[in-house]
Amino acid sequence: MSAETHSTGQSFAIETDGVTKLFDAVRAVDELSIAIPREGMTSVIGPNGSGKSTLINLLSGILPLDGGMVIIDGVGLRVVHAHETPDHGITRTFQDVRLFDQISVWDNIMVVLTERSLLGALIERVRPHYRTRARDILEAVGMWDKRDALAMNLSYGQRKLLEIGRAMAMDMQTYLFDEPFAGLFPQMLESVKDIMKGMRDEGRTILFISHNMDIVREMADHLIVLDSGKLLVEGEVEEVLARPEVIDAYLGV
Amino acid sequence: MRKLPIAMGNVLGLANPEGGLKRLAAGNIELWANLLILSWAVAFVLWKGQGFAVTIGTVFCIWAILAVSLNLVVGYTGLLSVAHIGFFGIGAYTVAILTSDAAYEQLRTEAIPTFGLPFFAALPVGVALGGLAAIAVGVVFNRFRDDIFVLVSFGFAIIAFNVFLNWRTLTRGAFGIHEIAKPQIGNWVFDGELEFLALVAFFLLLVVLVCWFIVTTSFGRVLTAIREDEQATEVFGYQVTHYKLAVWVLSAMMAALAGGFFASWTTFIDPNSFILLESMLLVSIVIMGGLATIWGSLLGAMAFVLLEEGMRFIPFLPTEYVGQARQVVLGVLLVLLMLFRPQGLVGRYRL
Repeated sequence: MSAETHSTGQSFAIETDGVTKLFDAVRAVDELSIAIPREGMTSVIGPNGSGKSTLINLLSGILPLDGGMVIIDGVGLRVVHAHETPDHGITRTFQDVRLFDQISVWDNIMVVLTERSLLGALIERVRPHYRTRARDILEAVGMWDKRDALAMNLSYGQRKLLEIGRAMAMDMQTYLFDEPFAGLFPQMLESVKDIMKGMRDEGRTILFISHNMDIVREMADHLIVLDSGKLLVEGEVEEVLARPEVIDAYLGV
Repeated sequence: MRKLPIAMGNVLGLANPEGGLKRLAAGNIELWANLLILSWAVAFVLWKGQGFAVTIGTVFCIWAILAVSLNLVVGYTGLLSVAHIGFFGIGAYTVAILTSDAAYEQLRTEAIPTFGLPFFAALPVGVALGGLAAIAVGVVFNRFRDDIFVLVSFGFAIIAFNVFLNWRTLTRGAFGIHEIAKPQIGNWVFDGELEFLALVAFFLLLVVLVCWFIVTTSFGRVLTAIREDEQATEVFGYQVTHYKLAVWVLSAMMAALAGGFFASWTTFIDPNSFILLESMLLVSIVIMGGLATIWGSLLGAMAFVLLEEGMRFIPFLPTEYVGQARQVVLGVLLVLLMLFRPQGLVGRYRL
């Protein structure tokens, strides 16, 4: 499973240009312009309500843009359709783990592997290469033994892992992880870290939200700090974390 | 070893893949439900004799086509629809009007247009009209989900009933349509009860096979994903609205098919057969039998028909109360099921 790499001289996987999202009068994301480097991991940090999750929801088409533009591979989009994000090479996980609860672990993986077109899906039965792939994924996230269980019967950590496995099965260039480390026990935390590092080493673009500064320092190459929907600062991790305005606004040390 | 597809896995309650007491008990409920209903059916047939068995067999087949097709929408896709009776009615009225007999209609003061088509020419038209109506309302319904979806589907059932009742130049309103044609192939008319049963049973088998095929393809798996999380399904690249519309239309066409057979079987229809209550009973059958299993809908329809006929033989219950008493019993059963077994008798999904 090698990621496709575009050598068009583009160094950014996703850029935003004045992206805005309003919730009634609240400017959840306020004319935000950022650039996510294609190489390495980018972390988004910021206080609660600073627009981190909203940003991922905007990039994945879950929420409609109220202004501005998302630029993917150099193409500007004023409307991002959720069902077209895989065509742009983007997939994601959710902060409140959103699995397909009342179907099996196996089917949770299979559903992202199979045919997307309506007529194709209507005549398609399970194909051997889907099985091989689903097995690989389930073994990679350590869920092969649980394949027949309903997703709703898994523990929180297992659900988190399965959701990451489901994203892996999408085999995309760009991954948006919304708090992938929250609420995990150390052992599972390490598994998630390893999976993400593996993805990075394959040349994939990773954007993740986290509140854990140790993990951010360990994992991220690039850091974006949001505050009240606006960009506070972005840049190299250590450099950004040393900036006085970041320490004031977020770390509060 | 792969497990069986959802629709086929463990419906008879004989296998216990995961073990454990809870699982075993759950499996046993399925086993007992199957044994009870099937043996009840056999006992009934032996007791009442062939003529009666043929009649309830036909009623069962019509309800079963409706229940299996509705389960695609309610059980697999998670859209709780009470609109199904409208499509059933469209199929029934189309067949009734298109096969209406010119000689008979001339005797009526309030005549409806006559076409004199044979049953098998009218039936595809009915199915197609049911599908077209489903496309028209489905495009709008696609915007809604959950409770709101129930309400708008309720609206459609009401509208359909009122059209049947008030478009009198076409349906003769409350007076209904008589002399609806029996199916005919060449010179062979299906006017015997047993012949008719064989025909409906054949179409039930077709519907079951089509539904089984649908739910075991990738399409069927996507439906269950839409049921669980529509937005997430969309993020993974599926045009959810197309999938929902497709299953909605397929399901409506099967309901219209059942309607065509119903009209021909009774030879007389009026709007009272297509009231909202019938839709509620249908939803009850689907939920009672089990959501997201085809076998569950068959079992539910069988239990419903047996309940209806069985209660006629309760000695101290006057016959005029049988209908109401049946609804009370069904209501109590539903409450008990929702309390203790929300997935229905053999279901794979809890509301």
